[in-house]
Amino acid sequence: MSDNTILDASDTRAGGWRAALSEFWHYFSENRGAVIGLWVFVAVCLIALFADVIAPHLPNAQYRDALLVPPVWQEGGDWRFLLGTDAVGRDMLSRLIHGSRYSLFVGCIVVTGAMLVGVTAGLVAGFVGGAVDTLVMRAMDIILAFPSLLLALALVAILGPSLTNAMIAIAIVQQPHYVRLTRAAVLGERNKDYVTAARVAGVGPMRLMFRTILPNCMAPLIVQAALSFSSAILDAAALGFLGMGAQPPTPEWGTMLAEAREFILRAWWVVTLPGLAILVTVLAINLMGDGLRDALDPKLKRS
Amino acid sequence: MLAFLLRRIGLIIPTFIGVTIAAFAFIRILPGDPVLLMAGERGTSPERHAELMKQFGFDRPLWEQYLDYLFSALQGDLGNSLVTKKPVWDEFFTLFPATMELSFCAIVFAVVLGIPAGIFAAVRRGSWFDQSIMGTALVGYSMPIFWWGLLLIILFSGMLGWTPVSGRISLMYFFQPVTGFMLIDSLLSGQKGAFGSAVAHLILPTIVLGTIPLAVVARQTRSAMLEVLGEDYVRTARAKGLSPSRVIGVHALRNAMIPVITTIGLQVGVLLAGAILTETIFSWPGIGKWMVDSIFRRDYPAVQGGLLMIAAIVMVVNLIVDLLYGLVNPRIRHTR
Repeated sequence: MSDNTILDASDTRAGGWRAALSEFWHYFSENRGAVIGLWVFVAVCLIALFADVIAPHLPNAQYRDALLVPPVWQEGGDWRFLLGTDAVGRDMLSRLIHGSRYSLFVGCIVVTGAMLVGVTAGLVAGFVGGAVDTLVMRAMDIILAFPSLLLALALVAILGPSLTNAMIAIAIVQQPHYVRLTRAAVLGERNKDYVTAARVAGVGPMRLMFRTILPNCMAPLIVQAALSFSSAILDAAALGFLGMGAQPPTPEWGTMLAEAREFILRAWWVVTLPGLAILVTVLAINLMGDGLRDALDPKLKRS
Repeated sequence: MLAFLLRRIGLIIPTFIGVTIAAFAFIRILPGDPVLLMAGERGTSPERHAELMKQFGFDRPLWEQYLDYLFSALQGDLGNSLVTKKPVWDEFFTLFPATMELSFCAIVFAVVLGIPAGIFAAVRRGSWFDQSIMGTALVGYSMPIFWWGLLLIILFSGMLGWTPVSGRISLMYFFQPVTGFMLIDSLLSGQKGAFGSAVAHLILPTIVLGTIPLAVVARQTRSAMLEVLGEDYVRTARAKGLSPSRVIGVHALRNAMIPVITTIGLQVGVLLAGAILTETIFSWPGIGKWMVDSIFRRDYPAVQGGLLMIAAIVMVVNLIVDLLYGLVNPRIRHTR
């Protein structure tokens, strides 16, 4: 952190960002797994973005002449359906490709929502302290007392089963982690000299919280964002699997698994492939998260 | 120690009250009033409706209803299930041993495999062994366990025919539950093959439920071990000429286990959440499956009671872990 960031931040920001980014990449790219994870994640993002172009069929088109067709490399496979078809003759590959949209969408929305609310609450709790702090933290303790999936399930039972409500429920369940992390970071930063200097210089409380303190608390939050992105995908898929998330015929991976359960011993591909898609996506994000933690955690830096 | 104990218990009380408020609010937030919910599709006449509202006390002020709820909950009265008409408390404790047995096996599975794996990975840091263990752990940590369960069923029950697909014991055996734990009951029954059947039914659910805790324990053990191995006192022990196994197994392990114990304790919430999925896949008659079924049956008193009981269990276990942590690590006791 250069000395003049407080007084004249605008001048150094561009250069500072670039330097910080290249330093970050230096540490991030040392972790081979993290780089692989990043590439896989980028690939999944591209697949989601261009799903309409890549997918050979419409995700909900039913081919009545081709029910439970196995993948091409197996006996009875059909070149029209590379990864086979499900029980009502829908192309597995196309459904999997379209499913990536739902998973990434869930991850993005949940992380954004949980982060916005959680970081704000954590900043206020840590910065204001006193009764506000106690109130916010006790509320978070209450949410954390319930196992996350159970609370999400109960919330969906109140709101009604749908993908939107599942996302709301998962965001509610996840935001205590952001509150706790932000508050802890704020408590560490609050009494440092640069904050005092900014306060003396007449900076208002809002700017003090969001512009002065927050940027210095970002490292653990970014790592948490990666972690909660992957657990949001897992939880949404689990809710879909239990019939409390996205509803059929949505090609959401968890919902696809739920529909495929009865064919478990007859058609391995309808069960195996959606789960594999979830696993690969979540694993890629977790690999990235590990790399992010190594690159952003100053304790582990070997400089 | 006593002051530490009291402080921790003091902290848990407001949270517990908050949890009861959350559970109490659960039924009230639902659209429609509680009587309409209980009456279900059929509905009731307005007179009957008013009568029922009075009978259940729904016409009184909310805070009065809440206090009523709180005191009856404290006395073990969580209301009656809408479906079976039996007390929710009794239902919960009839099914709880099944979940406890499964969770216990899962955590033993995770600890027995995870701690040695973590230690070896730390000692051989950077080796192919370390990398493959940590790679596997990350896969386990990223596993959608509901899918993992289905895969294991395809492989071990479908293709190999080694393990049964669902339930706790083969239907061939029947005996009155004594403890509620099938492993013990099957032994007590003295029926030939009953114990083997109970074990066979437990294997796959244990692996599925134990996978994520196993990954977490292995990762945590490795990083705790790495931290401790870098400490001066470990170097001193090595310099004194102690054998590597003694340095690692005695000097380093003792301190490395402190954060690992906490991690294991914190897995209780993970296990109960995982039990929801695992029990659904394997038709395991425990709390997790019961909660899911209750939600689908709109049996709201059961869901409410289950939420409260599960949160209370998680809180008590976390408290015990906290206290244990203070016991093994005096530094925690004396802060603040």
